Amino acid sequence: MTTTNRLRFFTFAAPQRFYRLTGALVPWLWAVTALLTVAGLYVGFFVAPTDATQGDSYRIIFIHVPAAWMSMVLYLVMAFWAAIGWAFNARLAFMVARALAPTGAMFTFLALWTGAFWGKPTWGTWWVWDARLTSELILLFLYLGYIALVNAIDDQRRADLAGALLAVVGAVNVPIIYFSVKWWNTLHQGASISMTAAPTMASTMLTAMLLMTFAFWAYAFAVVFTRTRAIVLEREQHTEWVGSLAAAKR
Amino acid sequence: MRYGSGCDPLCTAPVPAPFPNAALVGPLALAARGLACQRGDRLLFQALDFELRDGQILWLRGANGRGKTSLLRLVAGLSRPAAGTIERPGVHAERRMVYIAHANALKDDLSALENLQFLARLHGDDDGEAPCSEALRRFGLLSRRRAAVRTLSQGQRRRVALARLLLARPQTLWVLDEPFDALDTEGIATLDEVLAAHARAGGAVVLTSHLELTVHDPEPVCLQLDAVAVQ
Amino acid sequence: MSSVFGTIVARDLLLAARRRIDALLPIAFFVVAVSLFPLGVGPEPQMLRQMAAGVVWVCALLAAMLSLTAMYGADYADGSLEQMLLSGESGFSIASAKALAHWLITGVPLVVAAPLFGLLFDLSGPALLALTLSLLLGTPILSLLGGLGAALTLGLRSGGVLLILLILPLCIPALIFGTGAVSAVESGLSARAHYSLLGALLIASGLLVPWATAAALRIAVE
Repeated sequence: MTTTNRLRFFTFAAPQRFYRLTGALVPWLWAVTALLTVAGLYVGFFVAPTDATQGDSYRIIFIHVPAAWMSMVLYLVMAFWAAIGWAFNARLAFMVARALAPTGAMFTFLALWTGAFWGKPTWGTWWVWDARLTSELILLFLYLGYIALVNAIDDQRRADLAGALLAVVGAVNVPIIYFSVKWWNTLHQGASISMTAAPTMASTMLTAMLLMTFAFWAYAFAVVFTRTRAIVLEREQHTEWVGSLAAAKR
Repeated sequence: MRYGSGCDPLCTAPVPAPFPNAALVGPLALAARGLACQRGDRLLFQALDFELRDGQILWLRGANGRGKTSLLRLVAGLSRPAAGTIERPGVHAERRMVYIAHANALKDDLSALENLQFLARLHGDDDGEAPCSEALRRFGLLSRRRAAVRTLSQGQRRRVALARLLLARPQTLWVLDEPFDALDTEGIATLDEVLAAHARAGGAVVLTSHLELTVHDPEPVCLQLDAVAVQ
Repeated sequence: MSSVFGTIVARDLLLAARRRIDALLPIAFFVVAVSLFPLGVGPEPQMLRQMAAGVVWVCALLAAMLSLTAMYGADYADGSLEQMLLSGESGFSIASAKALAHWLITGVPLVVAAPLFGLLFDLSGPALLALTLSLLLGTPILSLLGGLGAALTLGLRSGGVLLILLILPLCIPALIFGTGAVSAVESGLSARAHYSLLGALLIASGLLVPWATAAALRIAVE
């Protein structure tokens, strides 16, 4: 029923150290992102061979699949950091979780969008209610729910804690939701359309996929760090080090 | 801020060191060490130390926004302090405490008696119709005990909420947020009697009141939050 | 201590009885919402029969959600929630009691009303039975999850709509298994697997969700 003074050191020092560290890292991360993206897109769109069955339209998977992976991983990372923040009363962890949400939602949206682009030339429809795309859609709802909740609560601490609880509950539910959607999909196998029918991977395709995945990782780090830095400045505006930073800028 | 440092002139109940009525004062009921309270982004107060013993009435004072209600919520265990500790010695501390907030915790659609019985049952106190009716009678509401709370005035609702105090076991810690609010002279007199009787029986009380307290036996001990407030 | 559990359920039921019209508003919503679908998609019996389970389930879901903000909202506003949390009873017990009360007040009438509307959609006897059974297993899950959402959004301005947005994705498995049961029975297959899954969901929710709801309540009250 008490918080000891020991933990205060971590909670006070961490945002400042994080701010300094990431200040040096972020430009490099952007550079790496740019390099990997160019490389990945080049390999994916120009070097990888044309697929026998799907022609050139399959190439969208080089964006679709890494985006889908990122969307799922980022949700788990977000839930993880939110849980850490809750367990150890670490403010910085909460800030990171909040910074992750919009990026995760963006990747989810990108996965859905590129999924549609894949579907159209291949199957003739903009949207297909297959298990994976439907699960992506529900994942988007989970992200939006988290963002809506933390923004609806004015008290920062309550918002952080409630968001953490929601994120963890969501993370626990994701396998259940995915299982039920697969179940639902097999029951209604009328169309038997499936996005899982990706072409067998030639090695260059795999290279392109990996390059894009790493590019998205670098991007995620760059963007999330940048956003976290902004949140840190906002939340710690009453502290000395932020005050001196602002003074130095002037 | 410690006991014995005396209240500032605003407090009409100066504290003779070490304690008033030392002979009648019992074991520790409540202790706070290095307590700090945060509301939102603001630190309200810090480094607050105080003790409350059985048989004492502690009167929390301070300007608006100093954190009186926040401190009471910390004492009640509803929120956690930003720093420091609160001790409530005694087994099952929560069962030995009665917290009456600013809000009355009464349901409009239930009668005064039903509300009281619910609250009593909730806290494991005697919820029989007889003791509850008797409690309402003490606060002058016997004739309205079957009326829906919706039809009662603010002062009457406050009295229903306070009637709970008469159902609690002796030697409990009472945490009262503005209990005298909305009460008329009769209500204030009744509450004074109840508080005095409770302290004499070995209970402890911590309360806030922006009005001067009229209970003088035991003489309430002051705790000024203005002294520890963070500007 | 089970007496606090029983006390809370009894009090909530008593409050609902004192405001019977308010308590039945979700059912009224359900009736209106279900009736809108044939008006929207046309009265063709074949199509209605196919839609029936889904429409009834979705409308039941939404109707159950409507009364959720009130589940904790009133208690939070008048201070009763704090008293409940201070009673020494575990938050788990309190959350379970509120969920049970909500189910008895909103869920059970839905279970009773829904099959009547299945009739309007020309569902066969076995399918109606499946619908009732699936709702019987599913509505408690909705009450439990709804309690979590209500606790998270306590006292917020956007409370009601936000609650629905937060909880609906979590209710999707129950929706899928519930409607799946009816579809299975309609195609002449056994719905045992669906009932088992729904039952498993119910047990898991009953054991885990009140714990999360209790945590959310403490966060909101802090």
